Amino acid sequence: MTKVIIDGNEIDVPPEYTLLQACEAAGAEIPRFCFHERLSIAGNCRMCLIEVKGGPPKPVASCAQNVRDLRPGPNGEPPVMFTRTPMVKKAREGVMEFLLINHPLDCPICDQGGECDLQDQAMAYGVDKSRFQENKRAVEDKYLGALVKTSMNRCIQCTRCVRFATEVAGVPELGATGRGEDMEITTYLEQAMTSELQGNVVDLCPVGALTSKPYAFAARPWELGKTESVDVMDAVGSSIRIDTRGREVMRILPRLNEDVNEEWISDKTRHVVDGLRTQRLDQPYIRENGRLRPASWHEAFAAIAAKVKASSATRIGAIAGELSAAEDMYALKDLLAQLGSKNLDFRQDGQALDPAWGRASYLFNATIAGIEKADALLIVGADPRREAAVLNARIRKRWRAGNFPIGLIGERADLNYAHQYLGAGPDTLADLADGKHEFAELLKKAERPMLLLGAGSTARRDGAAIASLAAKAALSLGVVKDGWNGFSMLHNAASAVGALDLGFVPGQGGLKAAEMAIYGTLDVLFLLGADEIDVASGAFVVYIGTHGDRGAHRADVILPGAAYPEKSGIYVNTEGRVQMAGRASFPPGDAREDWAIIRALSDALGRRLPYDSLPQLRQAMFKAHPHLLRIDQITPGDAADVSRLASLGGQPDKAPFRAALEDFYLTNPIARASAVMADCSVLAEGHAALTAAE
Amino acid sequence: MLDDKDRIFRNLYGRHDFGLEGARARGGWDGTKAILEKGRDGIINELKASGLRGRGGAGFPTGLKMSFMPKESKDGRPSYLVVNADESEPGTCKDREIMRHDPHLLVEGCLIAGFAMGAVAAYIYVRGEFIHERIRLQAAVDQAYEQRLIGKNNIFGYDFEIVVHHGAGAYICGEETALLESLEGKKGQPRLKPPFPANVGLYGCPTTVSNVESIAVIPDIMRRGAAWFAGIGRPNNTGTKLFCISGHVNKPCNVEEAMGITFRELVERHAGGIRGGWDNLLAVIPGGSSVPCLTADQCLGDLYMDFDTLRNLKSGLGTAAVIVMDKSTDIVRAITRISYFYKHESCGQCTPCREGTGWMWRVLTRMSEGRAQKREIDMLLEVTTQVEGHTICALGDAAAWPIQGLIRNFRHEIERRIDEYAARPDNDHGVREPAMQAAE
Repeated sequence: MTKVIIDGNEIDVPPEYTLLQACEAAGAEIPRFCFHERLSIAGNCRMCLIEVKGGPPKPVASCAQNVRDLRPGPNGEPPVMFTRTPMVKKAREGVMEFLLINHPLDCPICDQGGECDLQDQAMAYGVDKSRFQENKRAVEDKYLGALVKTSMNRCIQCTRCVRFATEVAGVPELGATGRGEDMEITTYLEQAMTSELQGNVVDLCPVGALTSKPYAFAARPWELGKTESVDVMDAVGSSIRIDTRGREVMRILPRLNEDVNEEWISDKTRHVVDGLRTQRLDQPYIRENGRLRPASWHEAFAAIAAKVKASSATRIGAIAGELSAAEDMYALKDLLAQLGSKNLDFRQDGQALDPAWGRASYLFNATIAGIEKADALLIVGADPRREAAVLNARIRKRWRAGNFPIGLIGERADLNYAHQYLGAGPDTLADLADGKHEFAELLKKAERPMLLLGAGSTARRDGAAIASLAAKAALSLGVVKDGWNGFSMLHNAASAVGALDLGFVPGQGGLKAAEMAIYGTLDVLFLLGADEIDVASGAFVVYIGTHGDRGAHRADVILPGAAYPEKSGIYVNTEGRVQMAGRASFPPGDAREDWAIIRALSDALGRRLPYDSLPQLRQAMFKAHPHLLRIDQITPGDAADVSRLASLGGQPDKAPFRAALEDFYLTNPIARASAVMADCSVLAEGHAALTAAE
Repeated sequence: MLDDKDRIFRNLYGRHDFGLEGARARGGWDGTKAILEKGRDGIINELKASGLRGRGGAGFPTGLKMSFMPKESKDGRPSYLVVNADESEPGTCKDREIMRHDPHLLVEGCLIAGFAMGAVAAYIYVRGEFIHERIRLQAAVDQAYEQRLIGKNNIFGYDFEIVVHHGAGAYICGEETALLESLEGKKGQPRLKPPFPANVGLYGCPTTVSNVESIAVIPDIMRRGAAWFAGIGRPNNTGTKLFCISGHVNKPCNVEEAMGITFRELVERHAGGIRGGWDNLLAVIPGGSSVPCLTADQCLGDLYMDFDTLRNLKSGLGTAAVIVMDKSTDIVRAITRISYFYKHESCGQCTPCREGTGWMWRVLTRMSEGRAQKREIDMLLEVTTQVEGHTICALGDAAAWPIQGLIRNFRHEIERRIDEYAARPDNDHGVREPAMQAAE
């Protein structure tokens, strides 16, 4: 720790602190534009100038200097800094004036208005009258793709977006061309950015130069209600803030969560919003003569009751979808139990994972924050960039810190960090497990190696054998050791870990999802937002869900449910972190929250579930699964589960691993209903085609 | 006046062979081995004793700068010498003469300086527009390699490489850290300091960046001794210096003279006097376009051309590029043109320089026509102080100083012009400012 004196207060700060951090620690507020905690230091906005005693008689950019670089006074006194002297004030006012002379006065029509750093700081350091008599600079707007709208007249060249694209997103597609006042931020070739995290540049931009294209001119920040919630587009469970106006979700922004998403979210998380408005199911439907007709809840329940009563318990089943909250699945599981059925499953993709193997067998045991502690990584059958873009940013962050060998087994992927491609299939994994590959040595030498197992690799007929083989490799390569469990399962679905925790899998003799979907096995099948599976004709399908997607098309009765911003629910992310999503809005029309539908249905079926409210349901669920009570925390799995999984054995076949996601932008019914996601998907495909042609 | 025997650049005008033979005939590469045998500290101490100050403009003592380099590499990083041959300051044309007429002085200087700081290689960053200079310099380097004067297993026993690198012609790449960025293949934008290049320079290794002239004089200082060099010039401003005299003199020229020669003697003796006589002198820019101009009154007396005297006059010796302007000069337009140069060459990285240079140039453009308000003169002066000292590199200062010099010395000229413009019946009296504001 180093002693410094800031504005007369003596404080102790770590020597690696920047002066800006030291000043903030001393309680002084330092304005800034270019500085950002998670990006490299540019020191170019010159807004954070402070005065350092004893140095040259000019102000110092506080973001760009470390405390350890300060010289002590002549008799060894601590360095002295001032943040409120006339020199500092004049310097900041000068910089502010320079920033404003070429900044257009279009705040009234700027989407950043009300949450603009330049606006806020101009209140403190700006003057009300301009001395600038010349014409303002005009800059051509750039095309950056479907998500980021540009208004480059407003750009103050802080280069945060350039640094984000290069450092965090790993796509060096943004840059500054031109020199002096002609410097412009551009993608060079007017191409769309190819990152899954590009939306974050909108948050980073301190002015209105980069704004959200889909949200353009939609709302003002002060009109919006803000609800803290959790994202369900992937299994990372990013912390989000849902902004609503009235009952309409206007936009989704990231929330700071060091353990999960830092302050980034993927584009799907951010821009799926318009999917919440289209294709919505807002009233019950019943299929009559092959056509769906609107019906009342009463009619719908009566139709279901008739079918359920006519069938035997073994011919009733339920499949949960990728976006289901724990409460919904718990209620559905309860209902199936009441009906006497053991046919329940969430593994639409044929996933082999089984809660019976123990919790550590299906969690991302290393934890997302733990990636930064790891020192070697083996990726098996996953494309983290697409399956969990935010988690991938964490891998890239670790990789950028250096000394982080990464190996990949599976489909070749366009990962944004250097990696060694080891092979395509289980054979390579087996070789590694036997130490027959040079990369095995790297993993063995590492203190905290990680094995990242993609959900796609175990979602196949020999999935159990592959999971076991991966566990075996983890043990032989030292991935699981005292105080470190690097065996990490990367799920794709937000509901997956919750469903595994709840045991939403077939009971003794029950049918798996794939078996339920084939012709003739069931009379009645409940789909709880399950849209990723083709159900053969024959069974009477009750679809509880939000969108007119695959499940609704197949349904005989549709019960309209609530999408994730419209209900409070518990989701468990791939790490096993229990998180509660907040309710920001209301389901449209006659739609209801899913648990309430199931509860009402249970009444109609004469098997009333023993809870009348969400708190009561939760109470019952917490009693059965106490770890779900620990909101925002991880109840770690037992590392012995991995050894048990390894001992299961089995013979994997030789088929190479395949990607779990076909299209990053269109993985769930909400995303498929979103026009923005469709645009992104087309752009991404176009880009792929272009690269192939090159 | 400097004696012929005291000249270091004996082929400044290119009348003799630039190559190795010519250089040897002029005394180059003579006793280099003995110089290297003085050892690293010996050379640096000698340089410190000679009082050599950097010839690139800032005048930082060269020996002291070299002594900042690590004595030995503790972490395996090599040290580098980088020679700044990106001579782009308007008015300056000294380094190019060295490179095309006496390149072996530079090559030998690189070896000695490189040895003194423990560098494994020297990179010479030649300005993009210097084609001929680069060819000559490369030829000299090739000759030196051929004769095993440098390179691996050379005759001096100190392995040392020299790389001649060709820039792309940006003024900002003459700033030492921007030069390093450019040399590394990146966009030429100055780096934040600290860390200073002596700690983290080229490719992250300890580096010293020195001007061509500073390096080229080292062999002669070593051969003739620090006392000889220190005996020329004035205290704290020792040695010889290349002056580039341009503008309204009868015979513009490059000349090597003792530091601290008076302006009058310099011009009279070497440049044939002022065009139209001394009464016709209007202003002098004594050190390249970035330093403030001096008035004729300041130049007529004993104006010693050295770092300290000129700094006390709120100007500077800079690169010793003396730009003389007689009374036919439109001084406001001249400074406007310089201002345009800095606006054009600003890298755009940091705010005050990026926004300020354009603003200053535009105001000056109006002022040079008289199309301005008198109160804007003070505003312009304030804008220059808002740029000066607030930027990452010194280009902001360089853009501000000429304008400050103009306003300090020729305010009456600007005011006269504004009055004249306002008095003309065919215009609508000055700036159409109210209309602009209404439109905003």
